[in-house]
Amino acid sequence: MKRLTPRRACVVALVLFGALLALSALPAGAQEAAKEPAYREFPYIGSRLAVWAVAQLHLNFAAFILGVPIFAVIIEIIGWRTSDARYDWLSHEFVKLTFAAFSTTALLGALLLFLFVGYYPRFWGYMTSVFFPTYWVYALLFFAETFTVYLWYYGWDWLSGSRKWIHVGLGVLSNLFGTAILFVANSWVTFMMSPAGVNEAGAVTGGVWAAINNFTWMPINIHRLIANIVFGGTIAGAYAAFRFLSATTDEERARYDWMGYVGNFVALSAFIVLPFAGYWLGREIYAFNQTMGITMMGGFMSWLWIIQAILIGILFLGSNYYLWLGMERIPGAERYRKYVPPMLIVLTIGFMVWATPRSMVVTLDEARAMGGTHHPLLGFLGVMSAKNTVVNLMILTTFLSYILYRRANKVSTRPWVKTGMALQWAALGLAAVVVVFYGVYGYFVESIVRIGFSVYQVLAVLAAIVLVMAIDVPMFKGASSTGTIRWGTIAPRSQYVLILLAVTFTWLMGLMGFARSGIRQHWHVYGILRDTSPDAVTPALGYASNVITVVTLAFFALVMFIFWLGGLGEKGKAGAHAHAAPVLAGGSDTDR
Amino acid sequence: MSFLRSRFLQAVVVFVGAFVVLRFGIRPPAPWSVITLYMAIVAMALLIFVSSDRDSWASFVRPIWATLTEPRYRIVRAVVVVGLPLLLGYYAYTQAAARPQAPPELRAVHPAPPDSIQFRGKDFNISGAENPLRKDPDAFARHVAAGGAIYVRNCMFCHGDNLDGQGHFAHGFNPPPANFQDPGTIAMLQEAYLFWRIAKGGPGLPKESTPWNSVMPAWEDRLTEEQIWQVIMYLYAATGQQPRRWEATH
Repeated sequence: MKRLTPRRACVVALVLFGALLALSALPAGAQEAAKEPAYREFPYIGSRLAVWAVAQLHLNFAAFILGVPIFAVIIEIIGWRTSDARYDWLSHEFVKLTFAAFSTTALLGALLLFLFVGYYPRFWGYMTSVFFPTYWVYALLFFAETFTVYLWYYGWDWLSGSRKWIHVGLGVLSNLFGTAILFVANSWVTFMMSPAGVNEAGAVTGGVWAAINNFTWMPINIHRLIANIVFGGTIAGAYAAFRFLSATTDEERARYDWMGYVGNFVALSAFIVLPFAGYWLGREIYAFNQTMGITMMGGFMSWLWIIQAILIGILFLGSNYYLWLGMERIPGAERYRKYVPPMLIVLTIGFMVWATPRSMVVTLDEARAMGGTHHPLLGFLGVMSAKNTVVNLMILTTFLSYILYRRANKVSTRPWVKTGMALQWAALGLAAVVVVFYGVYGYFVESIVRIGFSVYQVLAVLAAIVLVMAIDVPMFKGASSTGTIRWGTIAPRSQYVLILLAVTFTWLMGLMGFARSGIRQHWHVYGILRDTSPDAVTPALGYASNVITVVTLAFFALVMFIFWLGGLGEKGKAGAHAHAAPVLAGGSDTDR
Repeated sequence: MSFLRSRFLQAVVVFVGAFVVLRFGIRPPAPWSVITLYMAIVAMALLIFVSSDRDSWASFVRPIWATLTEPRYRIVRAVVVVGLPLLLGYYAYTQAAARPQAPPELRAVHPAPPDSIQFRGKDFNISGAENPLRKDPDAFARHVAAGGAIYVRNCMFCHGDNLDGQGHFAHGFNPPPANFQDPGTIAMLQEAYLFWRIAKGGPGLPKESTPWNSVMPAWEDRLTEEQIWQVIMYLYAATGQQPRRWEATH
């Protein structure tokens, strides 16, 4: 892999240089815009589909390379402070994945830019007239990010030992650059949804900062930042699962079992707070423009939320299932098996409530029997009070699964263990009561008050999580062990769950991205720049789902190819690898 | 009774039990589309339950494996091999066969309003609009009474004297008229939204999510702006619902 370094570096540098050159020509191009056609037609599939597919692929790769370094550097810091080589190896493995996908992300980004410039010149000219200064910032940040990540990856051995803090600093720095890149790109996307700093004719009135700091910018920044971590975790987990399933030795299986567990843990930890960020984004969209909000949640996009509910239900069930399967490789976990059925019941009922549509697909006879398309009983489950309640309960249940997994092979030796456990159960129970109380009370108050209740529900859940962890950590510090985790002995079906989670999340990102973008309807920039191309119609949901499915398949095909390429570099020199893989207990009952 | 400990049997019992509860325990009956969704989730959860540990999975798979391989289950195997495809075929037939009624339709919950409309030749901005009649609390009862009279003269025949969408003409319409008593209708919406729906009626519905099949007339030709606001006040007062307020913007 290292032999390819100069070539890879050249590709990225050339792409960025080309993009910069193209950008520098854009102001002149914008002046000529009046002479140019507003649109050009991409052969065969049309311009919109071409831009859509490339944008989604670029976003998937970008989310991956921005998400993974966030937890990779945290894992590196853990390894550095605890002097545990396993974590250093794992962090290196994660960064290796990022590294492999780096140039593909840049290439797709450049391709997307060329498509905009070539096929949507009027739109791109307008965006340039508003955001031109940010293009330079973006390109410079990309250079900084690229070289920092390169240095981070290739300097792993060089900056070890007493210079490790410099290496960790590079990791932190690359994350800061990456996050800044995300925020800049988000300003363009969110301006298209909720333009600010321009008058009704589209002329800039408030400066570039006003355009950047538009209504939905920060909610999307937060939402995407968290979602990138979840996405990175699931893809890394899927990679580990793939390596686990193709492993030929117990040691290899044990390593990748552990890596898959960490990937899922990272994804799950961030996933728990993702619905809150999504809800905030939804509220801000409503607050910006009622039409947009209703189109998204109650109008023609509303059926996407049923698909979203099903996919998120699968993510919840899958993540918990993986933890429960993982408990089989932990001696002592049998004590907690009795909790699985009740947790599964809560998750299942929560899933059913979340997936219940407000307006149902009914025949005329069914509608007459119900007195409308709203069922008099089940209709109550179709509104946000019910949805917010069950998602909070599902989050609490998932957190409980994790807590049980965490203590599966531990027996606390603290004298106050009974009090601690009682407090933990009380915190979880109280949070559940608060969530249900506000969920039910929400039906008896006006909308604006009900919306505010979601904040109390979220705070109750977060407070319970913080309190339970604050008790759990000291309670199990120095705990006696019922046995070592037998890494590598997990049932193979668990690995397919990891792959399922990655595919589901990728699909979900594409679908909800379509919802976010599609609510602009026939506007490039909502209310400012109208889409007058032949593609101005919003695609039907079935068509959009098909496009996203094909893009998801293409993404995984590319990811597999890139990971396979990365694996080629390792062949034949595993023993000589600078980051010799650690030996984990596993493969047999004997602790190693 | 050792067979009751079989995970396979337990799963079948729970699956059938869940179906019975969902099909016959909910009144009025839940639509098939929802029951199918629920049963798919139950099936998923059951599979997770039976496969969440090795012993359970072995117990679940054992009778299936035995049926497929052991000679003593030859008759059962034959019944399954013939019966299962027949059942699936019957299901496919029921889904594909033509019926003497319109097929089920996906319907949007609320049509999205435009940002502004033309009302009797003047621009009316819907986003952020408040009901002007609420500015004078002393006149509230008078406006509600006037709105009630307008409702009885114009709206009651479809939306019902109880405002529950069960008017005299309601049974002739698909979809049925809106039920204002339902907390999921007017309680979720700002008054400006209702103004748009009443003023523009079915013809003013957006192009997406069509066909709406709404027979709601456009009342802007028959009612004045004040009368529309009055009837809106009546709808909320008579049902006890509160209109949604606009959120603060930054």
